[in-house]
Amino acid sequence: MIRLVPFMLGAHEALVGPVVACLERTFGERVEVRDPGFDPAAALDERRGQYDSRRFLRLLLDDAHDAPRVLGMTGVDLFIPVLTFVFGEAQLGGRAAVVSTFRLRSEPYGIVSPPERLLERAMKEALHELGHTHGLVHCDLADCVMRSSTYVEDIDAKPARFCVDCARGVAPPGAASA
Amino acid sequence: MKRNPARLLIVDDEFSMRDSLAAWFQEDGHDVVAAESAEQALRTLDDHRFDVALLDIKMPGIDGVELLERVRVIDPAIRVIMITAYATVETAVRCLKHGAFDYITKPVDPDELTRLVARALEDKQHSEGVTPAPPPSPEPERRVERERGVADAIIGESPAILHTLELIRQVAATDATVLIRGESGTGKELIARAVHRESPRRYFSLISVNCGALPESLLESELFGHEKGAFTGALYRRKGKLELADGGTIFLDEVATLTPKSQVDLLRVLETHELNRLGGHETIKVDFRVVCATNEDLEALVADKRFREDLYYRLNVFTIEAPPLRNRVSDIPLLAEHFLRRAAPTVGRNLTGFSPEALERLCAHTWPGNVRELANAVERAAIVAAGPRVELHDLPPLNGGGHPAAQGSLEDVERQHIQRVLDEHDGNITRSARALEVDRATLYNKIKKYELRR
Ligand SMILES: Nc1ncnc2c1ncn2[C@@H]1O[C@H](COP(=O)(O)OP(=O)(O)OP(=O)(O)O)[C@@H](O)[C@H]1O
Ligand SMILES: [Mg+2]
Ligand SMILES: [Zn+2]
Ligand SMILES: [Zn+2]
Repeated sequence: MIRLVPFMLGAHEALVGPVVACLERTFGERVEVRDPGFDPAAALDERRGQYDSRRFLRLLLDDAHDAPRVLGMTGVDLFIPVLTFVFGEAQLGGRAAVVSTFRLRSEPYGIVSPPERLLERAMKEALHELGHTHGLVHCDLADCVMRSSTYVEDIDAKPARFCVDCARGVAPPGAASA
Repeated sequence: MKRNPARLLIVDDEFSMRDSLAAWFQEDGHDVVAAESAEQALRTLDDHRFDVALLDIKMPGIDGVELLERVRVIDPAIRVIMITAYATVETAVRCLKHGAFDYITKPVDPDELTRLVARALEDKQHSEGVTPAPPPSPEPERRVERERGVADAIIGESPAILHTLELIRQVAATDATVLIRGESGTGKELIARAVHRESPRRYFSLISVNCGALPESLLESELFGHEKGAFTGALYRRKGKLELADGGTIFLDEVATLTPKSQVDLLRVLETHELNRLGGHETIKVDFRVVCATNEDLEALVADKRFREDLYYRLNVFTIEAPPLRNRVSDIPLLAEHFLRRAAPTVGRNLTGFSPEALERLCAHTWPGNVRELANAVERAAIVAAGPRVELHDLPPLNGGGHPAAQGSLEDVERQHIQRVLDEHDGNITRSARALEVDRATLYNKIKKYELRR
C-alpha cells in the first residue's frame, strides 16, 4: 500500500487521479489518497521563499507513521539547502518521498509543449522518487525512469517506466522472478 | 544500474547542508562519507581513500582552506571542490591556486553540481590512466531492444533493404557522422534510431531535432539551450538538445532546412564539440554522435549556395540511402501484414490477411508516399474491412499503374497537388498535412520550396 498525500497543489489537483492510476499500474499496489495531517507552512524557508523538501519528508513520515510508504505531492517550489531547487526528494531505501509540480510546467522555460506533458512529467517524477524509496539509485540507461534528471527536458527524454533491472528492484517481495 | 560509483567525502559543519549533499550523491549511487569538522575529516582520511572531496570553506576550528592543504598532502590525487557562500568567492578563487579542482557557490543549480563532480571524477580517472568502465555486457541491451523491437523494427527482406541494414550495422559500431537520404516516408527516422540502438552510445539518449519545424530563434534555443533571462519569459535556464544528447546521439532531421545562421552555429559545435547556451558565458563540452536526414538534393543546395559547403562535407561522411518502396516491391506483402497486425488494437480485432487481389493491387501501386503511405492505406483498410481478411474493395483508391494524372514533370504534379489540398483546407497546415500523409515539417518545406499560397 502506498499513501499519497496531496497538499498545496492548487490547479494541479487534477493530476492526482491519473498519477494514482499510474502508480497502481506500475507497482501493483493499492494507492490511498489522504489529506495531510500537518501544516505545510512549517517547511517554508522565509528567506528563500521556497519549501525545504527534507522538512516535508520528516512531516510526511510522522503524519503517515502507520503507512508502509508515503508520497507527498505538492505545487510549491522545493529545495534542499545546497541546491537552488529540486523536482522532488526521497529517503533512499526509506518510507517517504515528495514531488513538486512547480518546475514541471513548460512556460517558465520558454518551451511550447502539449498540455498532457505536465501529467507525464508528474508521473515520471512520482515513479522516480518512489523508486528511490525502494533503494534504487540513478540508472544509466536512457530507457529508464530512474535516470537522473536535472532539467525538465531530461524528464521528457526518459520513459514513464523502469528498465528491466530497476523493475526487479521495485517488485513487491514474493513477486514471481525468473 | 550504475556503472561508476565513486567515493566522496563531504565536510560541512552545518547539518542540513552536509545531509542534503550526502543524500543527493547517494541517489547517484556513490559511496558518501560526511564529516562535520575538518578534524573529523582528517581522522577519516587515516584509513579511507576518496576520489572527490567537497569542503565547506567557513568552518569553526580548522577551516576549509587549511583542510584543503592538508588533504592534498595526504592524498595528492584526490579532487577537491570548495563550497562557498557568495561572500567568500575571493577565498574560493585563492583555493584554486592551492590545488582545488573547482568551487561552487551555494545554493548551486542541480545540474551544475552533478556536472562538476562528474568532471572531477573524469579528471581523476584520466590522470590515473584508468579508462572508464566499459559498457555493460550486451545482454541487458538486447532486452531493451526486444521491448521496443515491435515499434522500431525495420521490416523487409528485399536486396535493397538488406543492403541498408548491412550499412546500418557497419556504421553503428563506429562514431562516424551518418547522413540518411531518401524520399519522404521511406523510413529515414527509423534508420536513425537503428543506428543509435546498435551503437556503443545506446545507453545514452537519442535526441531528435526537426530542423524544419521551428523558426530560427526557437530552433537556436532548442539546440543550444538558454540561461535564465536570456530573453523575455525565460524564467529558468534550459538545457539545449545538443547538451541533452551528451554521451548519446543527436538526430538532425530535415537538416537541409537549416537557416544560414543556424548552419554556421551548428558547424561551430560540430567542429569544437563545445557550445554556449543563449545568454550564457560558460562553455559547455559535449560529446555526441551526429546522425542527420534529408529528402532534398543537398548537392544542388550547395551549388545554389543555400547550404554551406563546409557543413555539407562535415555531415556527408557516411551515407545511407533509404530505398523508395517502388524499388523493393517484394517487401510490400511483408510490410502490409506488419501494418495490419499493428492496426489490430486500434480497430479492435484481428484480420487474417489480404485477399490475393488486394495484395496484387498493393504491389502494383507506385507509392509516392512510400512506406508511410502504405501504412496509412493498410490502416484505413483495416478499419473498413468486414473481415476475416482485407478485400480489394476495402482498399482506399490507389492509382494502380502509377501514372501521374496531370501533365508535366513530377515536381509540377506535386506542386499542383499540394496547392489543391492546401486550398481545400483553407491553408490549414495540420489538416493539409494529414490529407497529404506527410508530417507538418515536410509540408512547410514543400510550401517554401514551391512558394505556394496558403
Ligand atoms: N522498413 C520499414 N519497416 C517498418 N516500418 C517502416 C519501414 N520504413 C518506414 N516505416 C514506417 O513508415 C513510417 C514513415 O517512416 P519515417 O518517419 O521513418 O520516414 P521518413 O523517411 O523519416 O519520412 P519523412 O521524410 O517524411 O520525414 C513510420 O511509421 C515508420 O514506422
Ligand atoms: Mg522523417
Ligand atoms: Zn533521483
Ligand atoms: Zn533502470
